[in-house]
Amino acid sequence: MAERTQILRIKRQQNPNSEPHWEEFEIPYLPHHNVISMLMEIRRKPVTRQGKRVAPVVFDANCLEEVCGSCTMVIDGRVRQGCSQLADHLDPTVTIEPMSKFPVIRDLWVDRSKMFEALKKAHAWIPIDGTYDLGPGPRIAPDVQQLAYLFSRCMTCGCCLEACPQVNSHSKFMGAAVIGQVYLMSQHPTGKMNHDERLQAMMAEGGIEDCGNAQNCVEVCPKGIPLTTAIGAVGRQTSIKWLRDLFMK
Amino acid sequence: MRSGARNHRTAFAGATTGQQLLYALDEQVRRYEVGGQVRKFEGWEMLSLVQDESGECRGIVAIDTRSLEMRAFPADTVMIATGGPGLVFGRSTQSLVNTGSAASAAYQQGATYANGEFIQVHPTAVPGEDKNRLISESIRGEGGRVWTYRDGKPWYFLEEMYPAYGNLVPRDIATRAIHKVVFEDKLGVDGNPLVYLDVSHLDPEELNRKVAGVLEIYEKFAGQDPRKVPMKIFPAMHYSMGGLWVDYHQQTNVPGLFAAGECEFQYHGANRLGANSLLSCMYGGDVASPAMINYSKSRKSAASSRIYDSELTRQRESFDKIFKMDGSENAFALWRELGEVMTENVTVVRHNDKLKITDDRILEYKDRWGRIGLNDKGKWANQEVLFVRQLWNMFELARPMTLGALNRNESRGAHYKPEYPERDDANFMKTTMAAWSSDGPRFSWDPVDASLIKPRPRRYDVDKPATEARTAA
Repeated sequence: MAERTQILRIKRQQNPNSEPHWEEFEIPYLPHHNVISMLMEIRRKPVTRQGKRVAPVVFDANCLEEVCGSCTMVIDGRVRQGCSQLADHLDPTVTIEPMSKFPVIRDLWVDRSKMFEALKKAHAWIPIDGTYDLGPGPRIAPDVQQLAYLFSRCMTCGCCLEACPQVNSHSKFMGAAVIGQVYLMSQHPTGKMNHDERLQAMMAEGGIEDCGNAQNCVEVCPKGIPLTTAIGAVGRQTSIKWLRDLFMK
Repeated sequence: MRSGARNHRTAFAGATTGQQLLYALDEQVRRYEVGGQVRKFEGWEMLSLVQDESGECRGIVAIDTRSLEMRAFPADTVMIATGGPGLVFGRSTQSLVNTGSAASAAYQQGATYANGEFIQVHPTAVPGEDKNRLISESIRGEGGRVWTYRDGKPWYFLEEMYPAYGNLVPRDIATRAIHKVVFEDKLGVDGNPLVYLDVSHLDPEELNRKVAGVLEIYEKFAGQDPRKVPMKIFPAMHYSMGGLWVDYHQQTNVPGLFAAGECEFQYHGANRLGANSLLSCMYGGDVASPAMINYSKSRKSAASSRIYDSELTRQRESFDKIFKMDGSENAFALWRELGEVMTENVTVVRHNDKLKITDDRILEYKDRWGRIGLNDKGKWANQEVLFVRQLWNMFELARPMTLGALNRNESRGAHYKPEYPERDDANFMKTTMAAWSSDGPRFSWDPVDASLIKPRPRRYDVDKPATEARTAA
């Protein structure tokens, strides 16, 4: 019997301005492989199925434990982290592409910086001690903690943007991840104090108004974060703020 | 509860404490960035120090990993906080950025590398093809039991060997016990280097509340539910106690160069206890910041621009050479070989003959490095060319680790030599100091001050005698 192998069809692109092309690699199957370890296998022998020696496939990856979010890619049409895609769950041929909603740097490596820019716009932080101690913060009830915990696991990977029909070249929509973080910060007693300015950012261009309620974000989130809950809540809060701002002027 | 401790001393955030800390820090940096107090150079990699005529550190040279543009960054003081050297061991529990490359570059430019031989191996990791994934100690803290089959029945060997601490013995003890059971007793699961870590007897609800994140890691990356079947685990390289030598202000012996976190050597001696890495990061950062400000203020003259140009030229030339590499070796395959030999000989059990062989192999790898053939000649986002350089730095760092272990003829903390099973305070209660030279590391030894607490043997089979504990405190 022939040795079991895995074929990888990979969409490659030299640089942000060049046209993409496809290449196929074939590597020995191993039960403990995942997509990243298979890409590492290719690096050790960067030869296509056609026997052509090529540059190793460029990809971003770091923690390999779904904490950093950097190895997010589209595998067989579904966006997810490469490190947790086990070889055992793949067909004999797997198709791997970079995310399409982010600029490609090279091959599977994309530039996710627009998500971090959105977090900056939304003031997604809680003001804590600076150079001096502000003393212990307020206590948080366990049920609030548990709710906040769900949102605190967001790794800014980009899956929710990739799956969202509203995130596209014609729109400035910042996507669900940042809305989840705005909601998270509002659960914290200190964070709550700056909730208004975060809502302001959510009401600006590319904010929550652009959400089309497709609910794909919650479907693809690798952490199972209830993003639609956040979108609903932040949506209501922005409406109230809009009315309040109208009458308080 | 963490190993080596019988009282709760660590605060946890759900089951993903490290992740929460990382995000919280990221969040605070963002706050300062928006406030205009911090400027980030993301995706830039440090290549080397810029030193003036007297050897003082005056900045660094770094490369943009996308455009491969190189730049000199002048600085009043420089802080290295680059984490551990996990990739020297190929697969470890660390992230792919943990090449040790920055610490190695500083070492090659005159910074002393201390206690390189003290490498902590974590007893419970899931072996993978790309990395070994840590199964946190909290699993044992919550009641997880380590066992394997003996005569057809589960054998809870840690509980039998160490009745007082049981499954909560420190990392090195648990690691060596697993090693012994697998390699000497040949009792690994299905004959493989694996033993069971079992929580299937515990209440799944409580597990979900306390350690769901950890169990999810296993479920996700090993494809099985640990609430139902025992996890298969094996020890993996986890942390380097050794690193750049620093003084009480976190300054290396290169004036103006500071280091904090895992990349420095100071706080963990021959072994690190659970959560103490955080303690050393927090304390190191706290001490270093005012020290760096003081150092900057005490500086009299500005550096001449010439030193930046010459370091930049040196780095450009070294990359030009890498771009011309046209041999038959593959850098990534060579890295795998390094990782395998380091993991086999410079982790859990050290034998002098094998350490000597390892050093010979490192020299052989350095030789083969010169025969690497670059597959990627591109001038944009070329990860291979960056890796070739990192790999050289790994070789340089692997030597003080290996030779430091060879020189230390005793067993201490994570360093275990069966030929010398006892701790030898008379000869080896010393910090190993390695200075780089083109002929290999030059070693010297610095005595450890133990005047305040008298060293005593570590014992985990019995409780610590109360009187002795009081005197020690």
